Amino acid sequence: MLRQIGKRLATAIPSLIGVIIVTFVLTRVLPGDAASYFAGPAATPEAIAEVRHKLGLDLSLPQQFVRYVADLVHGDLGNSLTTGQPVINDIAARLPASAELTLIGLLLAMAIAVPLGILAAVRQGSIIDHACRIVATAGVSLPVFFTGLLLIYVFYFLLGWAPSPLGRLDVFYTPPPQVTGFYLIDSLIARDFALFRACLAPLVLPAVTLAIFSLAPIARITRASMLAVLASDFVRTARASGLAPYRVIITYAFRNAMLPVVTTLGMVFSFLLGANVLVEKVFAWPGIGSYAVEALIASDYAPVQGFVLAMAILYVLLNLTIDLLYGLIDPRVRIEA
Amino acid sequence: MKRREFLKSMTAMAAGTALPAAPAVWSPAKAQSRQETLLIVSESGPNNLDIHGVGANVPGYEASWNCYDRLISHEMKTVNGTPYYDRDKFKMELADDMKLGDMSVTFKLKKNAVFQDGTPVTAKDVKWSLDRAVTVGGFPTFQMGAGSLTKPEQFVVVDDHTVRVDFLRKDRLTIPDLAVIVPCVINSELVKKHATDKDPWGLEYTKQNTAGSGAYKVANWTAGTQVILERNDAWTGGPLPKVKRIIWRMVPSAGNRRALLERGDADISYDLPNKDFVELKGAGKLNIVSTPYSNGIQYIGMNVKNPPFNNLKVRQAVAYAIPYQKIMDAVLFGLGKPLFGASADDKTEVAWPQPHKFVTDIAKAKQLMAEAGYANGFETTISFDLGFAGVNEPICVLTQESLAQIGIKTTINKIPGANWRTELNKKVLPLYTNVFSGWLDYPEYFFIWCYHGKNSIFNTMSYQSKDMDALIDGASLAAASGDTATYDKDVKGFVDLAYEDMPRVPLYQPYVNVAMQKNITGYQYWFHRRLDYRALVKG
Amino acid sequence: MSDAIGIDSPATARTVAPRPKQASIFSHARHVIGDNPVTGFAFALFALIVLCAIFGPLIEPYNPLTSDVVAKLQPPSAHHWFGTDEYGRDILSRVIAATRLDLAIAVFSVALVFALGGLSGVAAGFFGGWTDLIIGRIADTIMAFPLFVLAMGIVAALGNTVTNIVIATAIINYPLYVRIARSEANVRRDAGFVQAARLCGNGEMRIVLTQILPNVMPIMVVQMSLTMGYAILNAAGLSFIGLGVKPPTPEWGIMVAEGSGNIISGEWWIALFPGAALMLAVFCFNLLGDGMRDIVDPQRRT
Repeated sequence: MLRQIGKRLATAIPSLIGVIIVTFVLTRVLPGDAASYFAGPAATPEAIAEVRHKLGLDLSLPQQFVRYVADLVHGDLGNSLTTGQPVINDIAARLPASAELTLIGLLLAMAIAVPLGILAAVRQGSIIDHACRIVATAGVSLPVFFTGLLLIYVFYFLLGWAPSPLGRLDVFYTPPPQVTGFYLIDSLIARDFALFRACLAPLVLPAVTLAIFSLAPIARITRASMLAVLASDFVRTARASGLAPYRVIITYAFRNAMLPVVTTLGMVFSFLLGANVLVEKVFAWPGIGSYAVEALIASDYAPVQGFVLAMAILYVLLNLTIDLLYGLIDPRVRIEA
Repeated sequence: MKRREFLKSMTAMAAGTALPAAPAVWSPAKAQSRQETLLIVSESGPNNLDIHGVGANVPGYEASWNCYDRLISHEMKTVNGTPYYDRDKFKMELADDMKLGDMSVTFKLKKNAVFQDGTPVTAKDVKWSLDRAVTVGGFPTFQMGAGSLTKPEQFVVVDDHTVRVDFLRKDRLTIPDLAVIVPCVINSELVKKHATDKDPWGLEYTKQNTAGSGAYKVANWTAGTQVILERNDAWTGGPLPKVKRIIWRMVPSAGNRRALLERGDADISYDLPNKDFVELKGAGKLNIVSTPYSNGIQYIGMNVKNPPFNNLKVRQAVAYAIPYQKIMDAVLFGLGKPLFGASADDKTEVAWPQPHKFVTDIAKAKQLMAEAGYANGFETTISFDLGFAGVNEPICVLTQESLAQIGIKTTINKIPGANWRTELNKKVLPLYTNVFSGWLDYPEYFFIWCYHGKNSIFNTMSYQSKDMDALIDGASLAAASGDTATYDKDVKGFVDLAYEDMPRVPLYQPYVNVAMQKNITGYQYWFHRRLDYRALVKG
Repeated sequence: MSDAIGIDSPATARTVAPRPKQASIFSHARHVIGDNPVTGFAFALFALIVLCAIFGPLIEPYNPLTSDVVAKLQPPSAHHWFGTDEYGRDILSRVIAATRLDLAIAVFSVALVFALGGLSGVAAGFFGGWTDLIIGRIADTIMAFPLFVLAMGIVAALGNTVTNIVIATAIINYPLYVRIARSEANVRRDAGFVQAARLCGNGEMRIVLTQILPNVMPIMVVQMSLTMGYAILNAAGLSFIGLGVKPPTPEWGIMVAEGSGNIISGEWWIALFPGAALMLAVFCFNLLGDGMRDIVDPQRRT
């Protein structure tokens, strides 16, 4: 297994290098002049040139790149202009918020989409099948920020059921003591159930928004996979042997159909992590997505570089986890590997 | 690895992590009483708590204003029912006494003034802070210079409780400049402990921590998310503020900020679109206060160095083609003071801003274009600061439509907020909209920065006129020496000249709008247009 | 003599017996559409969208760009079926005008990504070796980025014009097309008909263009219709952040983004109608993809 991990990491290195280079080039090409920002609103051209020299921005691009990589190796991702903090601190503080939201959203999507997909597969061609397809496709057809705003309007503004979209936790509560950074887990560890409820409430609307958006791929792949498996020999045998339909579908068919579903889940998770920048903006969620977006708009590039790098590394780790999970679920894959 | 073993080890791990957690005593989450806390929501927050810090942004100024004291501040007067800072009446804050000499002013400090950590405020703290302001460079030094405060030698420690500020020249703006946000008094001993060779003024420390004597201190700052401020119960700068705790939250979506206000979940916001302010006022559930910017104008600027806008008739054509009233209605929803359409026989006043006599007159504009030799029009770009897109974008869209009618085809050029100053500095943008306002509310102050041939960066039009320079300089000198007759003449002169040459076309004087729950009182309008927490009362 | 359309597997290629008369593509398509009402609906909707785009200027009741501040923010009425926006512009006209731009964005993005991704994927799958390695690395690098942020970065760097939005969308979809094209080309690399073509003296490039590509097309077409929907959503997301098309251009995404701020204040029509149009279009493209898949390769239907 170690060899598998090693091999997977080795293939990821070139992509990571590519990511570093592309991000660096992209941020240098973007409009925006950190030097004049730091020099202040009334700076003369000479003052700006001096600040530029101090920041090392007057060096040639290759020299700047070398400096950048050297900083990276030391774990220095630079400083953010908009928050004034080191980027690595910002990212470390904000990553759990995004991860928690994405995970809950994904779990919610799975809870709805997987049964829907199984149902559609079992009743192929029926009304339920068509309804499943329509519902799933409808969810993915609306821009995610629009869905989010609509939900806020209906459930917070009109009905008052959801808490105010002020971010992760109501202002009058203090966050649980940090163990994982995931408020839900931390509040359970601290055995504070009132706090757990307070942390769960703001999660609902953004998680639902994300879930609506990710229903479609999960439902589709579940359905397709189940269809393929339901047509196979061993399922026919199981039915012929007189096993209850429930056992046939869940215990035998679904387990075998899970493999493509797991792959898709991995893809959907990484897609969501990058796509929830808009959801975070709408719900004032203090995650890395909104951090990167605000930084990009403000022509503040260190956070954007840090964000992209963090995502790329996360993606590699995620693929690794999926591969390992594969091995657990399907022994055949392990043998082939 | 066998699956069973893997699962077993996972369960073991999970069980293991659950056990060592301290069996916490049942602790309901601390819920601070809603009544004692003020919740402010805004689009963005500070990136630095110290206005002297490099690259400190405008929200940071608010933290600086409320957490630090200055030698003097302003008294309040009432304008249209709102407490408004009195430009001409000063109030003692850290100083007890102010004696104006011929070429200097001497301040006696309050004997009981203490910093938030208990150390007494002394004259050497004042000198260190003022030296810092004129030395760090960037915006703070620039602002100090606006009042002829440029050299550390000007600040003299007479004794432990007496400071003297020497003038380089007679300048009417020196005393008011000591009351702006920049010359705040910092706890020098505390900050010096955190200074290094590379950072002799301790800017890194004051970026994250407030080290002043002000009415509030920053208890907690999560950049980009919230600032928590707590009252300094030992404040000597004035009557103790009523609000004990302030939470300032960043909420990027304007719709959400409005929703929060309407549902009563937030107390104050000032960052909403004009349309929302008008509607909220109509609905009557909130207090909306709108006050004109002091010394502030939103304008359409043109680069007068290069064709085609170096042609006076073209500029006048543009001034006749702008859809002024449409902008007032569709962009401002009436929340602004029009600076156009003065009637022909209105006399020029000794005031700024004041309206010009241009109105929307497409026929006249077309005629002027023809006279200028551009009967077929021309193509150009119109640029704006994306950081204030809410107002700038509709202005540009409406102006683009109107200019098209006289043959000027424009493409809209959106420039991100962080790059706006750089682009303006380059002074190549042919046509753009911008806003400028000065903390010191004097006409000559505005004109020095925006119209003088010194070509400061705020003279975005690259306007050069010897006559204008003479009038502005004349006015400044007259103000310093108290010659009212010359002052009035020169001010009227430079306003008239500005409206003859029309290098920039003023559109309106913007309003500062604040929305508050009905139980919040004590809002004051200050020249910096940020919130002053010290007078706010909840309930 | 390869089939351009139809189930293609090694088994078929080796069949020697003469084939029965193959149903024409149209009757096959008609059968599939008739069989599945949802797909039929999608095709009808697609036809409507295309008609709207082509005949737009003729059916718009008002000029989509003219502002009329007096009539601003009016709810739907007999005069303005979809109401007016904050400049007083008629929303129905703008929605119709936007159809053209959004369809153009969708079509051009897809054409571009097909040209870049499809061709390089086919080349990678067919030729293998260094081509495969390099193209694979490029695709992996792009995949490692959070795709929406990459699109934002590209548009921010190049400027927010329609061209750049199209380029950004194409780039972020590139890896997917490469992967599909590559696996399809790989499978057919040593198929009988390819070997036959080689024997006839066709050069490698000719084989790629005339033999492989037509066989890869069907699968790609399915993906292309899905990407069309995604391209429009992507443009909407970029508009929400301010990196979309320049005002006053009517485009569904930017209309929804601008109207979103008005939902709380109750002017629901400004965002709802363009949002509904956008949703219908994306919905239509997604279902179209399913329908195309049913026509082209029923074995892979999901």
